[in-house]
Amino acid sequence: MTDAPAPGAAEAPAPPPPPSRHGCPLTESCGQQVIHPSRAQYVTVVKALLDDGFETCSDLTAVDYLRMPGRVVAPGIAPERFEVVVNLLSMANRQRIRLRVQVPEAEASVASLFDLYPGTEAMEREVYDLFGITFDGHPDLTRILMPEDWDGHPLRKDYAVGTVPVQFSPNFRSGQ
Amino acid sequence: MSVDVSTPASSDIVSVIRAGSDPAQELRPRSELTARELLRNSGAVLRMSEAEAAKLGDLPADPDEDQTMVINMGPQHPSTHGVLRLMLELKGEEVLRCKPIIGYLHTGMEKTGEQLTYLQGGTNVTRMDYVSPLNNELVFSMATEKLLGIDGDIPERATWMRMLLSELNRMSSHLLFLATNGMDIGAVGMMIYGWREREEVLRFFQKVTGLRMNHNFIRPGGVAADLPPGWRDDVLRLLDLIPPRLDEYDQLLTGQPIWRERLQGVGVITAQEAQALGATGPIMRSTGTPWDLRRDMPYLRYPEVDFDVIVGSYGDAFDRYAIRLNEVRESMRIVRQILERMPAGDVRIQNKKVTPPPRARIDESMEALIHHFKIFTEGFKVPEGEVYVAIESPRGEIGCYIASDGSATPYRMHVRAPSFVNIQCLPHMLRGGLVADAIAVISSVDPVLGEVDR
Repeated sequence: MTDAPAPGAAEAPAPPPPPSRHGCPLTESCGQQVIHPSRAQYVTVVKALLDDGFETCSDLTAVDYLRMPGRVVAPGIAPERFEVVVNLLSMANRQRIRLRVQVPEAEASVASLFDLYPGTEAMEREVYDLFGITFDGHPDLTRILMPEDWDGHPLRKDYAVGTVPVQFSPNFRSGQ
Repeated sequence: MSVDVSTPASSDIVSVIRAGSDPAQELRPRSELTARELLRNSGAVLRMSEAEAAKLGDLPADPDEDQTMVINMGPQHPSTHGVLRLMLELKGEEVLRCKPIIGYLHTGMEKTGEQLTYLQGGTNVTRMDYVSPLNNELVFSMATEKLLGIDGDIPERATWMRMLLSELNRMSSHLLFLATNGMDIGAVGMMIYGWREREEVLRFFQKVTGLRMNHNFIRPGGVAADLPPGWRDDVLRLLDLIPPRLDEYDQLLTGQPIWRERLQGVGVITAQEAQALGATGPIMRSTGTPWDLRRDMPYLRYPEVDFDVIVGSYGDAFDRYAIRLNEVRESMRIVRQILERMPAGDVRIQNKKVTPPPRARIDESMEALIHHFKIFTEGFKVPEGEVYVAIESPRGEIGCYIASDGSATPYRMHVRAPSFVNIQCLPHMLRGGLVADAIAVISSVDPVLGEVDR
């Protein structure tokens, strides 16, 4: 919004390099800053952001993009099935930043942020429980919301939604 | 009916779901634990010096595990605010380790949210933190509006009404806290008083929204309806009624020696620890950190009203009690200013794609009928994108992360529940304290299990 290119900018000889932060592509979503580290960069980048003053991890969650295979994430980032989404907050600078890490289905695992932000312990357990993404280095990676003996990870898109028979609906069969 | 999981052969999109063989969630004996997990159960917050960390790991040697006792508290304990279950390892009366075990109220609300349109979504999120439902609706609506790109176009009256409801909800939520906190500590009279005053606020909500709780009143695009006639008198009545009652609470509790003995110095947490654990709201402010999203990352019209952020200095249970008591006063101060400034005008955005047409228009316009039908059957489409919006709920930062695929239902709807994050402080706050203080500490964190488990 604020960085509208000046008229005639298209004739400039070299396009400016795509915005990046700590070596990761930086994009904007609804006016919020989003950076896209790879799995290998993930902990290093979070550490660098912690040193930048993002001293709190507000939120850590995941999205299963199973039904959006060809989506555009950021320049140079290949979309994968899962995405771990981390929202960091800097209280001193009153800033937020979001990290989106692509996690492939074949190896659904990322490093744990527990050593940097102990508060991610429950959030990572929740993501493990509901998405089946494992976090290396997490002290206690067990299910947190679902029972221990539960099969599957409910927030995955291929996990069917159960139905309850509703009387007077066309599909209702008595005796169910 | 059991959940239908197709076999891999029948569908190529199905990933193989392994049989449930997860380790136990319970607090396990020390002999089975790794050092890191032991530290976690003992409430160790990292980012401390190695000497401090070593001291925390230095629990009494207990090879036979007969000097300590693991007891179970909850989920049916009256002071666990619902269905929170704590497993405590005790040595005598001292708490050595603690592990909160949650999930007893998990109803898959985030999964449900993926099936509901954005207009229906409010009915779902409002049931998460059922003590401050309007704040849940507000954050969900703000996230949806941001994705739609209409967050700047919400009518003024709707914005001020949202503030009014949000602040009154903060009052009702804190009054409930005062009631339950009193009950947990043994001031049972306080329970009756707190519920009584909360009921007065809920009565106003019932008049405005039709329901005491779970309103689904704040919706994407504005609010469901205008304020009813006579609302101003009702609010003024509340503002006259509650301050003397708060003074009574002060007399009953704040200066009372037993109350202070029970709460002061109990469940202490420092600012660094709260920050590392992601705690927000009164827990963060009790440590002396003046962090309030209403002031620091403002939304609605909070920059235009005058209020103070209440902070404590010791980070103990008493500070958290005093903060909430005084936040009721601050909320009333904000409500007074809202009464003065409440503008006239629309309560919903005049955008036909988001707001259904009024009933009268349906009789005279075919297009209005079509829009009405489409919005309520299919819902409105929200552009592809993802957004995180956070506001200050009575319990701390409540955030809503929505990823949209361009359809009429959220592709993923996640709520960052403040209680879910705040209860991680429990092992830390409880360690080294007495088991009787555990009740006071749980109460001072003020978790709402509906949003912990979602």
